Amino acid sequence: MTRITAWRRHPLARYAVLILALALVGMVYTAFVQASRPADAALASGKLDDVAAGKSLFEVHCASCHGMNAQGTSTGPTLIGVGAAAVDFQMSTGRMPASNPGAQAPRKPMAGWVTPDKIRQIGAFVQSLGGGPQVPGKEQVDPALGDAGKGGELFRANCIQCHNWAGAGGALTQGKYAPNLNQATPTQIYEAMATGPQAMPVFNDTTITPEEKRSMIAYITQVREQKDPGGFGLGRIGPVTEGLVGWIVGITALVLASIWITAKKRQKS
Amino acid sequence: MSSDLTSVPKGIAGPSNFLDERIGGANFLKRNLRKIFPDHWSFLLGEIALYAFILLLLTGTFLTFWFKPSMGEIAYNGSYAPLKGVMMSEAYASSLEISFDVRGGLLVRQMHHWAALLFVAGMMVHMLRVFFTGAYRKPRELNWLIGVLLLTLALVEGLTGYSLPDDLLSGAGLRITEGVAISLPLVGTYITFFLFGGEYPGEDIISRFYSLHILLIPGLILALVSAHLVLMWVQKHTQMPGKGRTNKNVVGAPFYPAFMAKAGAYTLFTFAVVAGLATFTQINPIWLFGPYTPADISAGSQPDWYMGFLEGSLRLMPSWEINLFGTSHAGTLPLSVIIPALVPLGLVMTGLALYPFLERWITGDHREHHVADRPRNNPHRTSIGMSAIVFYGVLWLLGANDELSANFQISLNWTTYAGRVLVFVLPALAYIITYRVCLGLQRSDSAVVSHGVESGVIKRLPHGEFIEIHTPPADDIEAHVRGKEAVPMLPVEADGAGIPPKGMRGPLGKLRARMSRAYGGEKIALDEGHGHGHGHEDEHAAIGSGEDRSLTH
Repeated sequence: MTRITAWRRHPLARYAVLILALALVGMVYTAFVQASRPADAALASGKLDDVAAGKSLFEVHCASCHGMNAQGTSTGPTLIGVGAAAVDFQMSTGRMPASNPGAQAPRKPMAGWVTPDKIRQIGAFVQSLGGGPQVPGKEQVDPALGDAGKGGELFRANCIQCHNWAGAGGALTQGKYAPNLNQATPTQIYEAMATGPQAMPVFNDTTITPEEKRSMIAYITQVREQKDPGGFGLGRIGPVTEGLVGWIVGITALVLASIWITAKKRQKS
Repeated sequence: MSSDLTSVPKGIAGPSNFLDERIGGANFLKRNLRKIFPDHWSFLLGEIALYAFILLLLTGTFLTFWFKPSMGEIAYNGSYAPLKGVMMSEAYASSLEISFDVRGGLLVRQMHHWAALLFVAGMMVHMLRVFFTGAYRKPRELNWLIGVLLLTLALVEGLTGYSLPDDLLSGAGLRITEGVAISLPLVGTYITFFLFGGEYPGEDIISRFYSLHILLIPGLILALVSAHLVLMWVQKHTQMPGKGRTNKNVVGAPFYPAFMAKAGAYTLFTFAVVAGLATFTQINPIWLFGPYTPADISAGSQPDWYMGFLEGSLRLMPSWEINLFGTSHAGTLPLSVIIPALVPLGLVMTGLALYPFLERWITGDHREHHVADRPRNNPHRTSIGMSAIVFYGVLWLLGANDELSANFQISLNWTTYAGRVLVFVLPALAYIITYRVCLGLQRSDSAVVSHGVESGVIKRLPHGEFIEIHTPPADDIEAHVRGKEAVPMLPVEADGAGIPPKGMRGPLGKLRARMSRAYGGEKIALDEGHGHGHGHEDEHAAIGSGEDRSLTH
């Protein structure tokens, strides 16, 4: 029996072989993965890479409902042509990825993995599929540059039939609703008008120009930041809460007062 | 010293003597200052409406100093920034001016609005008190009718006032008013053109509503309130049953000083509640609504609460309409507007107005009543009242179905479907439940009168049985309970030959007799030991013997 044969027959040899084989496979795999990833740092920050990264994110997080090619399925609509603005709106408000199918996806905190960079990447991928509205620039949504008076008129003519005069939201049919506008950022308000998420119609640039959209944003943000001059605002939903307060506070207080007054009897002396 | 106290100081004696010799006031005051008023907390509820009305007159006068009832278009140039440069009516601009540029204007505007809400609410709780205690019975039917008229006028007054600021919300209300007017068959279009002075909205409606709101309707309300109070004064207030209280006397405190002090305090309470609400809670923020244009409408558009039941009936109504001869050219009968606008209001108001007369027709009770009923002692009346409250309440609640849907995540459609069923089912349920509750309370009264009150003392009898000793009820409580009177009934029994009495023979007469038999009569007799007939005096109701369960009442 040679020394080599003795090693081969050593009780630990089979384990040594197994470990070597595993290490080899691992190294080959790593080499392949390294090769398939573009090493170029300039490319990594470029557009092309966003699209590619967005595509892989899309396949992991979105494709189960929207389809591998964003063509739409029975549970989610097609995303071809909705544009990066739609992706930015839906994901930055936490509506997408949706937690469960229902009449409407509610606004919620963003999922843990969602970062502005990932939203941008998925947006770039969706934008590459068929164009659509782009995410607006900072200046395009700056409330300070808008005309609140003009914006208010447009807001009343186009928005309040669903969102209420103070953006407090309202009910729509079959469990759908127009959400409260208090948490929406100027960018999100712009994107919502440009893309028409969920039950909302699209207000494109020929219906309402970008300048008009900016004025509406100016009105919405001015009114929601305003301190109610008349005291507690009661949710700014109008006569319903006012009537409740009138009965529950006003009439209750007066009934208690009447009980108190009549409980005071003249003492018999 | 004592002469100092009994003699009248010259400063008072002089002028009062002067007045007395000319208008003879002393005799009048002597008679009326000692007028006795019975004491019960629920008798003060109507005063909420009275004092709120006084406050409405005061704050309303203040508002007229700045309000401009004009629909002329101007560009806003006041201090509310988000409306700068917006075209609006002068009415709306002057309402904004009152809110932002007149010192104390916003507070007074809010007080006016809160007082209006409490005015109608006070009238309603007062009306419910009068209804449930049967205080509308002879001789007070006319005062009851005045009350129903006052309530109707208050609703119209509220509607016109709601429309005056000409903001987007008030415009929505005005549009519904127009829709109701135009839906009337044949005369609808004429009435609408007459009311608005041409096509909706025209340029006249604000100034017309202004005249109605500040002149005609308040004048009528003031006159009717005076008549209401004078009648109450002359007929004397009803009293709750109790010790020494009969149909012939009034037990209570004299107007001066006791009742006057209480009423004065209650005035201040009412003012304080209105002022407190107006200070801390915002109402009708017209600057958020924006100016009215017929093209705009907002989610959450609602009327003030007292119109909510009409809003609800409009929302529940299926979209029925009849096109005459199958074409809209020949004329359309929009049932989806006429029915909800007129039927619930008609049911409630007509029902209220007719109730005293219907009750008298059914019970044949033509006596005078000055002692109020406890609600349990007329179970059918109480059940009818609760049923009406629930009917009104369902409509009222569903007038806000969009807010229910938006804030409680219920499908809007389902609130409507559910409402269409509940508006019929719940009143029926309320009737049955209330009737049973009334009978239960009567049984408990009967137990108190015939068995006494549980003393908490358990006694063991020689043969081993345990009993709880009952003590007789306190005098005042027993007198209060014994104030019960059987609900009168018509003589409906047929004579020996099986022929019903006169007036109960036709179909209507038979209905009347059946209703009288159901409505009237003693359901649970007070003194019969609530159906046991044991004849115990002080000690009864053995625990554990299982044969007398009166302790569980």
